[in-house]
Amino acid sequence: MTFSFRRLGAVLLKELREYRRSPFIIGTMVVLPLVFLIEPMITIFFRLAASVPPAAVDKGIGATFLLLLITPVLVPAVLAAYSVVGEREQGTLEPLLTTPVRREELLLGKALGVVAPAVAISYVVFAIVEVCAHLFASNPEVVSALSQGPHVVAEILFAPLLAGWSTWVGIAISTGASEVRVAQQLSTLASLPPLAVVALVSFNVFTPSFAIALAFACGLLVADVVLWRLVSAMFDRERLVVGASAQRAPTGGHASPSRAPRWIPLTGGDEHG
Amino acid sequence: MTDLGYRHMAADTTTAARGQQPSRKPPALVVEHLGKRFSGRIAFDDVSFSVAQGEVFGFLGPNGAGKTTTVLTLGTLIAPTSGSASVAGIPLTAHNGPEIRDRIAIMPENPGLYRRLTVTENLQLFAGLYQQRNSTVRIGEALEAVNLTARAHDLCVSLSKGLRQRVGLARALLNDPAVMFLDEPTSGLDPVAMREVNDLINGLRERGVTVFLTTHRLEEAERLCDRVAILNTTLRLVGPPDELRERLFTRSLVVETLQPLAAPDDVFNGTDGVESWRPDGAAGYVLNIADPRNIAPRVTRALVAAGADVVSISESRHSLEDVYLQLIEQDPEASQR
Repeated sequence: MTFSFRRLGAVLLKELREYRRSPFIIGTMVVLPLVFLIEPMITIFFRLAASVPPAAVDKGIGATFLLLLITPVLVPAVLAAYSVVGEREQGTLEPLLTTPVRREELLLGKALGVVAPAVAISYVVFAIVEVCAHLFASNPEVVSALSQGPHVVAEILFAPLLAGWSTWVGIAISTGASEVRVAQQLSTLASLPPLAVVALVSFNVFTPSFAIALAFACGLLVADVVLWRLVSAMFDRERLVVGASAQRAPTGGHASPSRAPRWIPLTGGDEHG
Repeated sequence: MTDLGYRHMAADTTTAARGQQPSRKPPALVVEHLGKRFSGRIAFDDVSFSVAQGEVFGFLGPNGAGKTTTVLTLGTLIAPTSGSASVAGIPLTAHNGPEIRDRIAIMPENPGLYRRLTVTENLQLFAGLYQQRNSTVRIGEALEAVNLTARAHDLCVSLSKGLRQRVGLARALLNDPAVMFLDEPTSGLDPVAMREVNDLINGLRERGVTVFLTTHRLEEAERLCDRVAILNTTLRLVGPPDELRERLFTRSLVVETLQPLAAPDDVFNGTDGVESWRPDGAAGYVLNIADPRNIAPRVTRALVAAGADVVSISESRHSLEDVYLQLIEQDPEASQR
């Protein structure tokens, strides 16, 4: 059976419908970006007033861009961490795995379901900052810095790439974890490393050239694709089903199955596709 | 159950008469020496049986006997460690997993519905995964089949357990499966909901769908299944419930008289066809016989001739539960669980 966009679409639609009906998920998607919107607003309207020297403006705007890029990292981390282990906990994964859906389709559908809203929210937050700055900021240097082409392009480019990284790391952890709480904590931590690079750039520790930015973006893109393939290879139907069953009831056999471990060791690919 | 346009519905149901194996079509399931071993633990071993198309096949066994693992193995979710099988005519290999899953449906004990989605939205997901072309029509037919059309737009969280099981069955009908695996479909249901699910399974049988039913409810298996298999890590017995009874138990007549017989030895030992007898209470007797239909009248005549006031004479029927308990009690592995 070949890769089916129809099956991928069915998974994606289900994910989006579930978000729409979950106050917790909607809350996470709204509150987190709001928190990271407050600080940039304070910076733009109060800290970077008209009398602030240009160097301070650069630093302040750098910090603002960093905060804006935290949203596409943290929102997917929380959502992706739930994606597999959450379904296992609520007993919906097993019926899903009994269908002909390929693991690549299932995982990509879930990943798109995480990345799409996270990126959309990031862009909305970025747009709010830009519009507010243009309309109300008193310091023209701030408006100018925020409107610089490289900054805008970087924001637009890096938001989906960082969201992709964070999503795949989250799904990988969710595939291996046996508890949602553990998965969410680990996923949040594991999604942060790329932000270190962004932080170095934002705080002018080193000035990125176009080539460096492009290399970083390409690196993230390659990492996203590699992670997709890697997570798909790690997605072992048998381990997921047996682990899930062991949590609910014995699956059979002579010896009583022990309690499922908090972390299910991941083994090679699911040969059943 | 409403009539549906599924391909199995046109199957020759006369061949699926209870207790008979349909023979004209290739089997829906063939399992040969199948086994699954987890690290240091045997889930099931050396299991062999076949299930004909249109047959309702009961799979019984105590907790931990390996029933669910067998279903998951045949459903390609777990790879077997020994033996071979073909499911819906397709050899059970790693490569054939998606193709087999496309031809079967598995309803786990917990139907696993997305509770925040409506009934229709749940079915839309699975219709998409099965790449159904006329998904709206298909979903409508499946809902009608389980009498859930009126609840199509209800959130699953608002449904009772019985209704959720029905949604699970509707979901299992979506891809018109060649084999439907139902794992404890009536577990935890009240008697009314249980009867509804049983009616649905009967409806499937009447339409020629092959059903592989694992259950703890022996009376349910006896009522619904053409044949049953009793598993306790290894397969202990396979056959129609009546045949299993005859294999394990001698047939008997239970006689009750108003007063105890003065000379029961003379009455029973002198009657042709009575192999042995034993008292059962003050004025009751259990006679071991081979053919109750022919021997009951002879016993009645002998009792009347002996001047006994006969209250009742009936055949003692062993239930499937008796068969099951007899097998499991003899089984040292079961007592260790």
